[in-house]
This record gives sequence, C-alpha cells and structure tokens, in this order.
Amino acid sequence: MIDDRYELLIVGAGPAGMAAACEAASHGVRVAVLDNQASPGGQIYRNVDRASDRQDRILGKDFVKGRSLVERFKQAGGSYFSDASVWFLDEKRRLGVLIDDKSYFVGADKLLLATGAQERPMPIEGWQLPGVMAAGAGQILLKSAGMVPEGRLVLAGTGPLLLLLAYQYLQAGVKIDALVDTTPRGAVSRSLGKLFGALPAADYLLKGLKMILAIRRAGIPVYRGVEGLSAVGEEKLEAVRFDTGKTGLKKLTDVELRADTLLLHQGVIPNIRLPLAAGCDIEWEARQQNWIVPTDEWGRSSDADIYVVGDGSRIAGAEASALQGRLAAMHASHELGQMDAAKLDALSGPVVKSRKRHLSIRPFLDSCYTPSASYLVPDDATLVCRCEEITAGEIRQAVQLGCSGPNQVKSFTRCGMGPCQGGQCGSTVSLIIAQQLDKPMTEVGCFRVRPPLSPITLGQLSEA
Amino acid sequence: MRSDAIVIGAGIHGCSVALHLARSGIEPVVFERSHPGRHASGVNAGGVRRLGRHFSEIPLSVAAMKQWWDIRGLVDDDCGFESSGQVKVAESEEEFEQLKSRVKKLELDGYEHEEIITRSELRERIPAISDHCVGAILCQGDGHAKPFRTVRAFYAASQRAGARFFHGQAVDSIERTGETWKVATRDFTCEAPVLINCAGAWGNQIAALLDEQVPLEPTALMLMISERLPHFCTPVVGAAQRTLSFKQFGNGTVLIGGGLQGYVDMSRRQGHVDIDQLAINARTARDIFPLMEKARIVRCWAGIEGVTPDRIPVISPSSTYPDAYHVFGFSAHGFQLGPVTGSIISDLVNHQSTELPIEDFSIERFTPARHR
Repeated sequence: MIDDRYELLIVGAGPAGMAAACEAASHGVRVAVLDNQASPGGQIYRNVDRASDRQDRILGKDFVKGRSLVERFKQAGGSYFSDASVWFLDEKRRLGVLIDDKSYFVGADKLLLATGAQERPMPIEGWQLPGVMAAGAGQILLKSAGMVPEGRLVLAGTGPLLLLLAYQYLQAGVKIDALVDTTPRGAVSRSLGKLFGALPAADYLLKGLKMILAIRRAGIPVYRGVEGLSAVGEEKLEAVRFDTGKTGLKKLTDVELRADTLLLHQGVIPNIRLPLAAGCDIEWEARQQNWIVPTDEWGRSSDADIYVVGDGSRIAGAEASALQGRLAAMHASHELGQMDAAKLDALSGPVVKSRKRHLSIRPFLDSCYTPSASYLVPDDATLVCRCEEITAGEIRQAVQLGCSGPNQVKSFTRCGMGPCQGGQCGSTVSLIIAQQLDKPMTEVGCFRVRPPLSPITLGQLSEA
Repeated sequence: MRSDAIVIGAGIHGCSVALHLARSGIEPVVFERSHPGRHASGVNAGGVRRLGRHFSEIPLSVAAMKQWWDIRGLVDDDCGFESSGQVKVAESEEEFEQLKSRVKKLELDGYEHEEIITRSELRERIPAISDHCVGAILCQGDGHAKPFRTVRAFYAASQRAGARFFHGQAVDSIERTGETWKVATRDFTCEAPVLINCAGAWGNQIAALLDEQVPLEPTALMLMISERLPHFCTPVVGAAQRTLSFKQFGNGTVLIGGGLQGYVDMSRRQGHVDIDQLAINARTARDIFPLMEKARIVRCWAGIEGVTPDRIPVISPSSTYPDAYHVFGFSAHGFQLGPVTGSIISDLVNHQSTELPIEDFSIERFTPARHR
C-alpha cells in the first residue's frame, strides 16, 4: 500500500514521469509515481502496453516507441499507483490522492510534477453542441478503445496534433470529409526563417512532411486560412460554417459543410493546476500564448523542492520531456545524497545535449501554429465557460463593471465555478480581460486553484 | 479631497454604512484596499438568520431581519435572498433539552421567532434528515442570500445615493487636526469630520491608529460546495453542538460550512483550506444528511474574517476620539447584520444615539476609554 512519505514523489506517468522514475530508482532513490490512467504512458503513449496490432499500425511508430519506456518503467523498481487521482496539494508538498475510492495523504522530500499538457480551448460559436469534440478526445477514443467517429467528419483548427490525428484516421480507413485549417495566413511562410534552427531535428520536419503529403494524396478537401469558423445545429451539430482566406485567386465566403462530427484543435498548453496548487510561480509565454512554469536547467520551479518537467512546464514534446524528466531525477538524486556532483555532471552532459536537439524544432512549430487572436479571444456571443454557460460578452460586461482580474470575474459571473473549475476556460478568460483592459497577462493573472483538484465525494472527504 | 465622512473598508458593513449615511445626506468617501466584498463579506455562506444568535445580538438581528424582508426596497435588488427558514437540529435528547431551554429563555425576553419542532415535524420538513436527529428549533422567515451579489447591491445603491468609492486604496495614515480627520492612501488624501472603521479582519489595525487596542484574530473560514443535486432540502440546516451550516441553493448545489478554520496568510491576504478540519465538516454533513455520501464536492475555499475573544462584534463610538466609529469583528456571523449596522451608525452620526442596544458591543470592553 502507499506509504506516508517518499524521497521522490512523481505525479504523472507520461514520458517525463516514467523517465524520471526509471532514472531516480536506478540511483537508489525511494520513488513513487501516481497516475490517473489505468496504465502508464500518459496522453501520448496512452494504453500502449495493451494496444492491438491494428492500433499499432494506425497509431504509428512514434506511438509504439513508447512501449519500451513503459516496459523499463514497470521494471524500474519504484512504486507505481495507477487510477490514482491527486485531489489535494498544498505549498508544504502535502498531497491527497484517491486510490480505489479511498483518500490517502502522502508527503515527499522532493516532488516532481509531470502532469503534461491539456488541449488549448477553441471557443467558437456552437462548440457546445453535441457532435463537437476536442481532437484530443478523438485521439483518446482511438488509443484506448480503437474507436473512430461515424458519419461525416470534419477536422478543424491548427497544429501538429490535428495533422497527426488526420493521418492516423487515414491509416484506420476513416473517411475525413474536410480538413479546415485555421492556421493564420502566411504563418508558415513567415516561419521559414526558423527552419535553419530546426535542422538538428530534421526528423520531426520529415515526419510532418510525410503526414501532409499523405493527407494530400488521400484527396481530403483542405480549406486554408479559415476565418469565422462556427458550428451550426439545433439539438446537435449539423454543419460547419466558415470563410476561407484567399486560395489562389478566390476567397470563399459562407462555406457550409454538412457534418456529424467536428473535431477541434488549436494546440496544447501546459496543465498548470498542480504547480499552482503547490505555490509555484507561473509566467505568461507570449510566443506560445500560454502560461508556463518557469524552471532552472534541472527543472526546479520557484520552489527548489518541486520539479516541474515536460509539457506541464512548457510545451516540449514527448522526447524532450522524457529527457527533462531524467535530468530532474538526476538532480533530485544528487540532492537526496545518492549521487555526487561529479557523477551528476558526467551523467547529465549527454542528456542536456540530446534534449537541446529535440527542442530545436520548437521555435519553428510555435511560430507556425500560434493560433490567431480571433480564435483565442472569441466574440461576445460565444460561450467561454461551458459548465456555467457564460459568454465572452458577459465576461466583458463584468470587466466594464470594474473587474480587473479573473477571480473577480468569477465572483461576478460564476464563470469557472462549474465541475471543471475553470480548467477549460481559464486562459480564455484571462486573455479577454487582458485585451479589454489593455494590460499584460502577468498583471491580469489566472484563476486561483481551489481544492479539490479532481472530484472527490463528501464520503471520501469525510474519511480523509 | 474633502467629504462628509470617510469609511474604511467596502465589505457588507462598509457598504451599508455608506448607504445609510448617504441617504441621510452625509455623502462619504469609501477607501477599499482591494475590491468590494473581497474577503468574508463576499465569500461567506450567505446565512440570513436570527436563529441561535448570541443574546446581545438578538435585538439587532431582529431589526435587520425586517430590512431583509424588504431588501429590494432598501437596495433595489433582491440579493438572492430566499426566506427558506433555518433549523438547528439536536442529535441527542440532551441537546434537544438545551435547545428547548434556550427557546424558553427567549420567550421570557419577549422573543418568539424561534420555535421547537418535534422529530416528526422535522422529518416532515426535511425527509432527507438522518434518523438520529431527535428534534430541532426552527426560525421561519430566516433564510439565505447570495453574499457577493448582496455586497454588490449595497455598493451600487450607496453609489447611487452619493457615496464615492476608491478601490486599491489601503489606508496608510490617519491624523486628526482640530475637528478634521485626514486619511491618506496610496493615491489620495481625504479630509472629513467623521471617520468609520469597517475594516473587517483588519479592523484592529485601523483601531490601533486611533490608539485603541482590540485583540482580533484573523481566521480563514472554510466552505465547500457540491455538484448540482436534485432538490431535497429547503431550509438552512445547522447543528446544536457541532459546527455546521448546510444549505441547498435553487440551482441544486449544496453549500457546507459553519465556521471551521483554515489557514490565514496575512502577508498575501489569502485564506487556505485546512483539509483535516474540512474533513470534520464533511463528516458532520454526511452524518446529518446520509444521502450526501456520494455527492461530489466541486470546490472548497476560505475567506478571511476577524474574530474577537467573546465572539461578538465591535459596534461602537471610538474610546479615544470624538467623531470616530468602529464596526468590525463580527466573528463569522456578521452578514445578516449588514443592513442594520448602517442604520445604527447613521443614527449615531446624525443624532449621537440609536434606539438599538449596542452597549455590549462597546470597544471599551477591550481598551480603556481615554477620550481626547
């Protein structure tokens, strides 16, 4: 069963968390990993150790690659708790976790948060309609159950994951009726200057090219430079409506495509709820248009006993995240007295170098795929908080009445008070306020994080 | 700048004082360190009750209740007030006897708002209540309101009446020259003949600037709220011997609190949840409402409030200076009194007296009178 205290407590069994656990355990550190999924892998390698051959084929080499890390992780020797949801964390590193319907409190000398990314919300008109989903949700179904959407399917948005999902659906034989690309016009050509810097990660570029070519070869209609995207329907999604940018000589307005499923995606952003609960500082990253948890080269946050690594600190991708996890674990092992400085130096050198190579693709990707302002800051009629059904207009009205930050807006409108606790709408709300008051995001701030961090029943809390 | 009066703090009491003063023709300036309703006033449980009050507070509470019943007439907003009744349940015969003797004592004093209800009457009103509850006292006409909305309504109404508010303005200094108060904040200096301290958990710090020492403890009072549940409970429910305030709102969510304390971070002026204390609160709620066992808790929070040693507020002229008044230290049950404190202060400022008995709330119980 779970102990009261560990030398190193890791939250998240994605690439960063698994790699960190393997590394720390190999140096003799008493380590435990808590993860809310049924099996290790995180989002990227979700269900990889149970996937069928068919799923392997559909999901591709980058997915299957995770299997060896999962195998190593299972044999690493630390404690691993699956289906464990962290519902409480405070600034003293006291962590509450639900395992098998029972709550436990765990302490840690060093805490390593590797809670990964979440999808950036894409608040468009009609996104609350049944039939409209996040692309990530589509991918989860594909990975965990091999499920694919039925009926007319439209993929819309921007970013590598959208291309990847389209590619994976093609491998699965799913018909995609249209790919609606909201990447701002000229973003890719403006980013070409950053290609040179990305050359060390040429393999990423080739993979991207391969996906784009496959989509083209499959003859999927692609609409580019799309503006004014909306989902239309009475009870459920019936159609997708938009204008296109200039393609060749013509610009299409009021395009309407019949659709049963619309998968939306505009990139991923760090999931910062646990770092915030633990009291770590955050910063607004203008290039990626999201909050990040700044860390030193070892992954230490503003609290020297808390490492925040992987996409949960700053979007880095699976490979770089795993390497960051290893570096943080090496440093923690050193701090915990399991490794001297010379060994730390020697072991970390090659890892730092490799990580640098994997990160070199990021400036190009960030520049290509930063969503345009109109998809980050929606117009008045669009719902921002879907739990409490609050529109962008209502948020602007609260600002007009004198609200200067998201927590005040929350008190005024109930925005962010629903079951997701502002996890979905938080960054949109802050962006709307910043734009309206013409203030920097750092000054506007974000929703305070309140426990419970994940659902807990009154009965479970009573027994906590 | 100059004004007729200076109010420090824009919680429920500061806004109510500003409203009643402005309506009487004294147009105040209100300095608020953060924004209206930032702390206890805006994030409390919203209980509007006479039930179970400290005997010293009952006359004020009864007067305030009459204002609540016509709250729209006072602030042109219903403040989300619902007259759902409040009950306090006894979990043993012994507790029930204590409740009964309380009601008897109230009757001797001429108050009839609290009434005894039997086990079956309790069950009839609230079928979901646990079998072990043997009876209760009931206060019909009590209820609950939405705290943040209430503060906003008082704030807006007092602005319409002529009060001027300045946010983000912590008080740096207070001086008295001749018959004039001079209050300095980050951006402003204001002069006025009257000063009212409504600074809540920071009320003792303002009092100290007037050479008055009040032992006020800042506390973080915790609340939690559930997901939306089918309707099962109309009145607000408390317990005779255990800390509990339990209410279901119209939208189905259930708010659970009652005064258990979290941690206060006074340097950042934030309240934090103490999860062990919250678990005690959860246990009480589950014991009294077994159907809550599987209800999901969505959010927990804590608001900062000042608590006095005798757990009743300071509502009092200053013990050191003329033309200065204190209204703070409500010790976790000040929300319902909000409307009436404004009336009291307005009476004191305008007529140097009030019809309501406020002797028990004198600041002189903590700090000796040294009139200057």
